[in-house]
Formats: sequence, C-alpha cells, structure tokens
Amino acid sequence: MLPDKKGHYGIFGGKFVPETLMSALEILEQAYNKIKNTKEFKKEFNYYLKEYAGRPNPLYLAERFTKKLNGAKIYLKREDLNHTGAHKINNTLGQIILARYMGKTRIIAETGAGQHGVATATVSAMFGLKCVVYMGEEDIKRQELNVLRMKFLGTEVVPVSSGSKTLKDAMNEAIRDWVTNVEDTYYLIGSVAGPHPYPMIVRDFQSVIGKETKKQILDKEKRFPDYLVACVGGGSNAMGLFYPFLKTNIKFIGVEAAGHGIESGQHAATLSAGSPGILHGSLSYLLQDENGQIKIAHSISAGLDYPGVGPEHSYFKDINRADYVSITDNEALEAFHLLSQTEGIIPALESAHALAYVMKLAPQLSKDKIIVVCLSGRGDKDVDAVGRKIKNLY
Amino acid sequence: MITELQKKLQSLKDSGKKFFIPYITAGYPSLAITEKLVISMEQAGADAIELGIPFSDPLADGPIIQLSSYEALLKGVTLSGIFEFVGNLRNKTKIPIIFMTYYNPVYKYGIEQFSITAEKYGVSGVIVPDLPPEEASLLIKSAKDHNLAVTFLFTPTSNEKRIKLITSKSTGFIYYVSLAGVTGTRDKLAISIQQKIEDARKFTDKPIAVGFGISTPMQAKEVAAFADGVIVGSAIVKKITENVDKPDIIENIKKFVMEISNEIHSLNKG
Repeated sequence: MLPDKKGHYGIFGGKFVPETLMSALEILEQAYNKIKNTKEFKKEFNYYLKEYAGRPNPLYLAERFTKKLNGAKIYLKREDLNHTGAHKINNTLGQIILARYMGKTRIIAETGAGQHGVATATVSAMFGLKCVVYMGEEDIKRQELNVLRMKFLGTEVVPVSSGSKTLKDAMNEAIRDWVTNVEDTYYLIGSVAGPHPYPMIVRDFQSVIGKETKKQILDKEKRFPDYLVACVGGGSNAMGLFYPFLKTNIKFIGVEAAGHGIESGQHAATLSAGSPGILHGSLSYLLQDENGQIKIAHSISAGLDYPGVGPEHSYFKDINRADYVSITDNEALEAFHLLSQTEGIIPALESAHALAYVMKLAPQLSKDKIIVVCLSGRGDKDVDAVGRKIKNLY
Repeated sequence: MITELQKKLQSLKDSGKKFFIPYITAGYPSLAITEKLVISMEQAGADAIELGIPFSDPLADGPIIQLSSYEALLKGVTLSGIFEFVGNLRNKTKIPIIFMTYYNPVYKYGIEQFSITAEKYGVSGVIVPDLPPEEASLLIKSAKDHNLAVTFLFTPTSNEKRIKLITSKSTGFIYYVSLAGVTGTRDKLAISIQQKIEDARKFTDKPIAVGFGISTPMQAKEVAAFADGVIVGSAIVKKITENVDKPDIIENIKKFVMEISNEIHSLNKG
C-alpha cells in the first residue's frame, strides 16, 4: 500500500516543508490514522456526505452525447450535482471533521477556480469556524462569482499579488500563513498535492467518487467500465475516481490542460510536458525551466492552471498505471458546448477537458465499450468567462 | 569528516567569540553590487556571508526577501551564474560563503553536481529551508564527499526527537529559527529563545546560530548572549531596498552591518 511510511509514492511525494511545519504534519498524520477507521468518524463523514452534500450522486448515461460521438457508451459521474457544485465538498467535509477533532479553530485554504475555496468556506460556515482563503488576483478577476460566494459565507478572501497571481502563489501564501499560525490553524489543502499526509488524506476522502461509481456501474451494466477519464490539475477528482479501481485492469486516463497548445509553451500539462522537481511540499512532476525556476502555467480553466500535480499521479505515470493526455482551451470549449446542447448539462471548464478527450476517444471504440467520465463540476462559475470568449457566437 | 566551515565556527565558539552572518540575496540589485556588499560586509566584521539563491516560489520568506528574489530573477540570475560569481569572488576575499537555497534549484542542477561545483568554486556551506533531514540523505552524502557543510534548522515547534535528529545531521553549524513564521523584521524578539537553545545543547556542542526576525543591533546583541552566532537577513535586505538608487548604497549597508557586528562582537571574551 502506498504511500510508504515517509509519504513516498515511488520516488515521488515526501515532506519538503520548512521545519516549523514538520511537527504539525506528524500530528496531522497521527490524528488522521487514529480516527479514519473509527465507527464514529465514518458515521459522521457519511452523514454529511449524504444529508449535506447530497450523495450519492447519479452515474448518468449520457445517451445523446454517446449517440453524437457514435462509439463507446458514456456515463457521467455527476459530481456537479453535489452541494456547492463540484467534487471539492467531499474532501472539505472530511478534513473539517478532522480539524475539529484536532481542536483547531481557524481554517485556511488556497483556491484557484474558487471551487475549493467555496467548499471550504461552506463547511467552515456550517461548523462555525473562522475561515481565510488565499486566492490569486488573476483568479479573483476571472472567478468573481465564487469570490462573492465565499464572502457571503463569511470567509475572508485574501488577494495574492505575488508571482503569477494564480493558484501556485495562493498556495505559497497559505503555507506562509500556516508556518506563522500553526498552533491554532488547520490548513485545508484542496487537492492530492502538498506534503505527506495531504495527498493520501485527500485521495481517501475523494475515493467516495470511485466507490459509488463501482456500485452504480455494477447495478447498471453488471460489469466494470473499460475506461475512466477525468481532468487533472492537482488531480483530486481523477484520483478519487481511479483509486478504488486500482487493482483492476481498467484504463485510467488523466486529462491535463494544454492551454494554447503544448508547443506554444502556454499550458498546464505538467505530466505530459514537465519534469520531476519539488514544489509545495512534495516531489512530483513540475513545469520548470532549466534552472529549476517554476514556470507559469496557462489554461482557460482556473482550476487546472497549476504548474504542479499530485505525487501519486506522477507515480502512476512512471509505472504506466495511467495515461496522461492533454486538451487545448479551444477543444475544451467545444466540449463545453457539445455537452450543454446534447445533454442539457453545462459542465465546468475543468470537466470539459475530460469530455473533450472523450470526444476523441469514444468514436474510436466499439459500442460495447464503456467509458465513465468524471463530471467534476458544473459550469455556472464559467458562464461569464466563456460568454466573453465567444460573444460572437450567440 | 569535519568541514572547513565547522572548524572555523567551532574554533570561534571554543575561544569564546561570537560569529555574525549577514544574509543578502545574490544578484539584488545586481551581482556587481552583491560583490561590493560581500567585501564591505567582511570589512564591517562579518564572519561568514549567507548568500540567498533567488527562487520563483520562496515560501519560507516574507515580503522583503520575496521582493529581492523576484528582482534578482528578473535580472536573469541563476544558480550556475552565482557559482561562477563566487569563483571570481575568491580572488578578492576568502570569507566563507554559505548558500541559502530552496531545494528545487539544487535538485534540478543535480545534487551530486551541486556539491562538486560548490567545492570547485569555494562555497563552504548550504542551508535548504524546505529540505528536512528526513529527505536530505542524498545531499548529506554528496556534501560530505566535497567538504560542503549542510545546516539544518530547528524551530520553536521542533520537539526533542527532532532537535536530536537536526543537531546530529547538521555539519557546519545549527540554525535556530527564533519564531514560527517566515523571514522578516519584527519589533520584538520571540520569547524562550534561550530555553530552546539550552535544550539543543543537551544533544550537541556544534555551534548554534539564531536567525529570523532579528532586526536591530540591540536585538542581535540580546540573542548573541546565549547563541554562538547571529544571522540577520531581512533587516539588511530592507536597507538595500531603501538605498537601491543611492550612490552611497555600499557605505550605508556597511555602516548598518558594522553596527550589528560591533554589538555582537562586544560579547567576545578575551
């Protein structure tokens, strides 16, 4: 079972943080290991997943989308139907229960698209905990709706103006806050990234996606799917879908953001075009220059616009357990429209990357093959951005 | 094996002398000024120089050093460029140079190659704030082969077990981070510095230096009363920023560094 005792997935993962945080990470790991298998914790977590987040969400057969692509049968795992509109709530519910168990009174988080920020603000409000979310100024501009939502929920949104003013800089700032306020503060990381034990904790909490999928597909098809497809920024929805199927031979496909195209240099395709390095507490694939400086990522989707990726995905890539492909901004936009118009479901731009890959994959497969794609979030937050981009279309 | 840096600092410690290590960011505002600053800080009484390697994502640093790092990167400063810079500097001064660098530039450069190049150009030590000893075995091994001291940091949150690990793995000296937080200037010193240093002395006789948040000559003296050495960074970098367009930048920094140095060294015995 991975990670190993020191938090490694092969050569990846680990704890690369300032010494001030080392004890905090040890304490977090002990607390997590102590409660994760207890009846009380499972009961509480499942209660909120069901009664608050609205799980289980459907595994929906996208009939018209399937018909249009004229190939494999396509199911959508409807994470977009969760409370707050994305898979992020699964993880924030788990971690906030952990934070309360640890006696922490202040929650901090980083956010890119704002979905994790909203999910953290939401559970903090529900449990009455003070919450501070760091968000890059660039992301604040393109995700105004989510900024307002966080504010309505009583969270303080701190604009980050350093570096690229996006997710990576927000994460730097959240870590600086944590180093300074480690006594009373719980850092609620939103992806399968960061130092050990976060990639493991977030994976475990997001695994509810794959566990439900397993049960639902057996009910509907009496067999497992042939392909699992999900978008990968940090990689939490993908890991959540993949992980419960680890011991099968189902093909895992992670879809990264190719932005303006990998050859343009303006992309966020970390696994496809990056190299191993250390950022935000773990060893993983990164976008970096020849001097080890981190490059600025680009994607139309704020949630994928990150130059790193979770260490377990790096491991999956190196042992060939998963394939990682990439989709450009324009291809994602096409998928955004196609799903909207064939199924009446407006997907998040992040999820549209996974759908865009399915648009390439499904037609090459015979009709008896089954693809499950994680519809990680809904597109309400992107309406403005897409509208601006294609204002001449309508 | 005992590194040259450890020998020097240990002998200062054993003879009752305090050591002072000022920090500046390499290439801020330019490598030409960095060179002048190193030489003038030695004249002002510095016992070694900590040279910051600029990094795009300096998550252990506060706004002052973040800005200097950002500006240096805009000038195109790189790790290999800084190695050559130190090599050239060696014709002018022998003062020990200690690199403060995040781990990724080292990892990308190649860990073994980093130690080899450090020895070649006369870099005495390295501090990597995002590399705890648990993850550092490759660096420790190659540094040992190339006379490069590796300093690990302990903090107010380090428990006994960790202090033991950190003191045993450090070569050169041990760095006590006097507060939970990022680099920067503070009005007041953290309490309990003395206690924590005494805790560490139970496990080691290696020299212990204190840094983070030490902003004034008087604070430096206060810390030097129970530490073997003092590191001052942000306060000096802030002064550099304030003087960046002034013709007398070097003299102004030298004067400030001398004030700190004099206070620290006023506690020397004999």
